[in-house]
Amino acid sequence: MIVVEELSVSYGAVQALREVSFRAETGVITAVLGANGAGKTTLLRTISGLKEPAKGTITLDEHSLARQKPENIARLGVGHVPEGRGVISEFTVEENLRLGAMMAKVNLSDGLEEQYQRFPVLGERRKQHAAKLSGGERQMLAMARALIAQPSVLLLDEPSLGLAPQVTAQLMHTIRDLCASKGLTVILVEQNASTALRIADHAVILYLGRVVANDAASIIVADEDLRQHYLGKVE
Amino acid sequence: MDAFLTSRIISDILGGLTNGVIYGLVALSLVLVWRSTGILNFAQGAMPMIATYLGMVVFAHRLGYWPLVAISIVAGFGVGGVTERVLVRHLYGKPEINPIVVMVGFLIVLEGVAAAIWSTTPRGIPNPFSPIDWQLGGKPIALSPFSVYEIVTALVVMSGVAVLFRFTKLGLQLRASALAPEVSRLLGVRVSRMLTLGWILSTGVGTICTVLVASNFFTGLTPQVMDGIFAFGFIAAAVGGLDSPVGAIVAGVSMGIVLQFVGDFVNSNAIIITALIILIVSLMVRPNGLFTKSTARRV
Repeated sequence: MIVVEELSVSYGAVQALREVSFRAETGVITAVLGANGAGKTTLLRTISGLKEPAKGTITLDEHSLARQKPENIARLGVGHVPEGRGVISEFTVEENLRLGAMMAKVNLSDGLEEQYQRFPVLGERRKQHAAKLSGGERQMLAMARALIAQPSVLLLDEPSLGLAPQVTAQLMHTIRDLCASKGLTVILVEQNASTALRIADHAVILYLGRVVANDAASIIVADEDLRQHYLGKVE
Repeated sequence: MDAFLTSRIISDILGGLTNGVIYGLVALSLVLVWRSTGILNFAQGAMPMIATYLGMVVFAHRLGYWPLVAISIVAGFGVGGVTERVLVRHLYGKPEINPIVVMVGFLIVLEGVAAAIWSTTPRGIPNPFSPIDWQLGGKPIALSPFSVYEIVTALVVMSGVAVLFRFTKLGLQLRASALAPEVSRLLGVRVSRMLTLGWILSTGVGTICTVLVASNFFTGLTPQVMDGIFAFGFIAAAVGGLDSPVGAIVAGVSMGIVLQFVGDFVNSNAIIITALIILIVSLMVRPNGLFTKSTARRV
């Protein structure tokens, strides 16, 4: 479980997060929603150590994450799939996965096989450079690379960005499956609220860096005022 | 083609190959630093020179050639690591002119310090390889046991670097840290250590190169021993592509052979001009280097 308490983050004079508090329970998908500039990406970057908070705490089980280096946080079992996917285009599919497996405690070939079974297209393209993959395939590779390290927490930043609706649906299905089968704690940042709320158990809505709602996804879906004010049209 | 011309051509190819692998090694060491930290290390010749002097003076001279080589390489690793941690680390993310000025200054300081401590008198490094050329049909060819030693050592180093980068976990982390430092950190790679390691590796390669050059009976070790060779290695790195280890080696070897022919068939004074013409033409035709695929530049 990840517990975020009173987290504030600034970029110079601009305050991106203001005393944000919420819990992401183990085995649960927590969606973080909000408009552009709400602070969603900053929140994930702070959890994974890329951004240092001005104040507040982040704990993963008994470990404090705030102000730790990203590499140490990754070694504690936090996998972060950044916005724009972050696959290394100059590497082959397999090299990207080998890099992800660096921290894994399982045998490399077993890990690779597991990911190729989960995402068969990656198996077919294992020797191809990531630059040659489509947007959906790159997203699968980024997910597979994070999963091969066997994280206990998965941070997903806008996984549906730029993907066709069918690919997005398939991806969300995979996230849901992973959460159920592996007991992963997932924090899913999405601008597309409908997509996220369809699979999330819990949701946090950010508005200008503040938490304006923090509740079960079903309750947020049912709250028309909340949806209209902060999420726009949710189908 | 008469026998004289054939023998001359063979000699030029062999002599050019011997020089070329040295240019290739210097170029490779420059590429290793550029790829890992985006810094053009103008002290790439001077840092290994210091390491080689350290290898000579730290009792290795009395132990024989191979301990001297080993101690010099270890000293090279140390010089590279300390330089990155103490000096270079403060230059990351600064305007591009800063590292250039600092590294040129560092070159001058190192050469000055070496001259003050060890003087500018060449110091020979006795080694087990004869510098006398073999003969073919009663005529000498530009190949001696020493030049074979140079070529084989350079090939072993180049192969070692290729294997490290291509087939090992460490090589994968080094490449990833250079290409995508933020993503690498998110995957648990200790990027800061990889940057230091890039400098250690690069100065190690440079030291092997310097030891080879200084071991040459006709050269010896001086504070400026690598200055001229660095210039050719630098041109080879720029022609091959600063991002491409393969390009560095191919351009270095090709330049060695071309310049040998120019020196033999045109005039030895034309060698430097030819090298500069090669640089200018290649920058006009392929500004990113002949072997660099990407046109993007990391800053």
